[in-house]
Amino acid sequence: MAGSNYQPKSKLGQWIEYRLPIFSLIDGLFGSYPTPKNLNYWWSFGSLAGIALVVQIITGIVLAMHYTPDTSLAFASTEHIMRNVNYGWLMRYVHANGASMFFIIVYVHIFRGLYYGSYKSPREILWMLGVVILLLMMATAFMGYVLPWGQMSFWGATVITNLFGAVPVVGDSIVAWLWGGFSVDNATLHRFFSLHYLLPFVIVGVVIMHIWALHQHGSNNPLGIDVKGPQDTVPFTPYYTAKDLYGFAVFFLVFAYFVFYNPNFLGHPDNYIPANPLVTPAHIVPEWYYLPFYAILRAITFDIGIPGTDIVFITAKFAGVILMFASILILLVLPWLDTSKVRSAKFRPIYKQLYWLLVIDVFVLGYVGAKPPEGILPTVGLIATAYYFIHFLVIMPILGKKEKPLPLPESIANPVVKSAE
Amino acid sequence: MSNNDNDGNKDDDVTRRDFIHVAGAGLGVIAVGSAVWPLVDQMNPSKDVLALSTTEVDLSQIEVGQSVTVVWRGKPVFIRRRTAQEIAEARSVPMDELPDPQTDEERVQKTEWLIMVGVCTHLGCVPLGLQGDFGGWFCPCHGSHYDTSGRIRKGPAPENLIVPEYAFVTDTKIIVG
Repeated sequence: MAGSNYQPKSKLGQWIEYRLPIFSLIDGLFGSYPTPKNLNYWWSFGSLAGIALVVQIITGIVLAMHYTPDTSLAFASTEHIMRNVNYGWLMRYVHANGASMFFIIVYVHIFRGLYYGSYKSPREILWMLGVVILLLMMATAFMGYVLPWGQMSFWGATVITNLFGAVPVVGDSIVAWLWGGFSVDNATLHRFFSLHYLLPFVIVGVVIMHIWALHQHGSNNPLGIDVKGPQDTVPFTPYYTAKDLYGFAVFFLVFAYFVFYNPNFLGHPDNYIPANPLVTPAHIVPEWYYLPFYAILRAITFDIGIPGTDIVFITAKFAGVILMFASILILLVLPWLDTSKVRSAKFRPIYKQLYWLLVIDVFVLGYVGAKPPEGILPTVGLIATAYYFIHFLVIMPILGKKEKPLPLPESIANPVVKSAE
Repeated sequence: MSNNDNDGNKDDDVTRRDFIHVAGAGLGVIAVGSAVWPLVDQMNPSKDVLALSTTEVDLSQIEVGQSVTVVWRGKPVFIRRRTAQEIAEARSVPMDELPDPQTDEERVQKTEWLIMVGVCTHLGCVPLGLQGDFGGWFCPCHGSHYDTSGRIRKGPAPENLIVPEYAFVTDTKIIVG
């Protein structure tokens, strides 16, 4: 995030700049910062994720002014926000739907990176910081969902914290430590509230590093080739500020539809029933953004051991937990699993198709995660889970070596490939 | 910004681009303003707080010479059923002895009943009853003395204890607020 050579025109500006080089920093971030001139709208999702995070933090701070993290008052204070607080309904609906919006944006952002090979050298750390942000987001969203203390809050918290009970030997101790008791209760709610408030600021910190790493080598671009010189770039302002602001406007239209016309579409009605530790809802589903991972968690229904004996190395429960975490952590090593030198899928005819197969696979996992595990679905879930890992662990390393990429253009400014003859 | 600015508008300083700039900036201001207002307004008193902004008090159990304190909008309200002597004391004070001149008649609706917000006008502490040099109230925080009409007589407080809006619903019942 190094500053540019920008010098303010006014005397006061120069006086400040000499002592605190903030104007050149801002200029380096959003001003003259050279950006590939061929970025398409998929590149708008980075700044969209930024604005979504800001919206979550602002509305979250507001909600915390009115919310009480105590099991006897949490549900009532949530309804107090909805009914009594001025614009409280707006704050809560923006915050609840904002979480979904944030995840949609981030998933598009991730799949943009997968398609155009944005994770490859020299942007590996940039990508890995992004995976860290995803993990932090998932933890934050999970704990936030617990706070209204409805039935889904309570049972979601119970199920997810129980995952850690699958760890051999120390599992039960870990779970009791997470709960601060023998079940999800007041102590759990209090610590979730504390961490739910803290983690977004940790995310901000990692986002700063993410942008820092981005600016070290600049944005990737749809062609996936390096910037060769000034003829390949345009200054961020006005070109991409204007384009990103247009993206913001479209995004806020979609966001507003959910907030004002369908605020509970992405939620679950059972969460308007106060938490009851004695009755579990008939059908528990996580929020939509966890569904593929939930399907992976449930995919393994058999213990792994020596066949024909009672010896079990890994229980089905623990195997599911390992796979679920592995499905995200595997992204950390993706830059080394993908052996192709070519970044953009535009020039990788086979990868391009397999990319879409992965997209379909994730949607299948999401569907399986949303439905009760009945009939053919557990088998479908197992196959889709297997394919997910095969894609990353088998296909990516082999494909990079075997695939014959199309010829790359000479430069961004001159994208037409000269024929070989 | 560009050569187009003056195309076809050579006689006019206002260009279509100016119009777009003003319209765009204006809409931006409206959009930001309408997003910020809910963030500000949410800190105003909520509906449940506003719903509790009046307090009803039954006076029938209060004896002559007795003082009770009720809560109104989170603050104490002193209700004193004054003795004849206290009333006489309050009414005999010459106006020029008062830092905040006000007759006792202006401060009560019914002679016997003195009803005031029990918050010192200096810095908001709650004065103690039947204490101080004037038989009224004394604020322990910074030593303000109030008389039997709740008027400031001595000490740093600038004003008399505030008389809230109230009304006698019946002879023995009032609504404060």
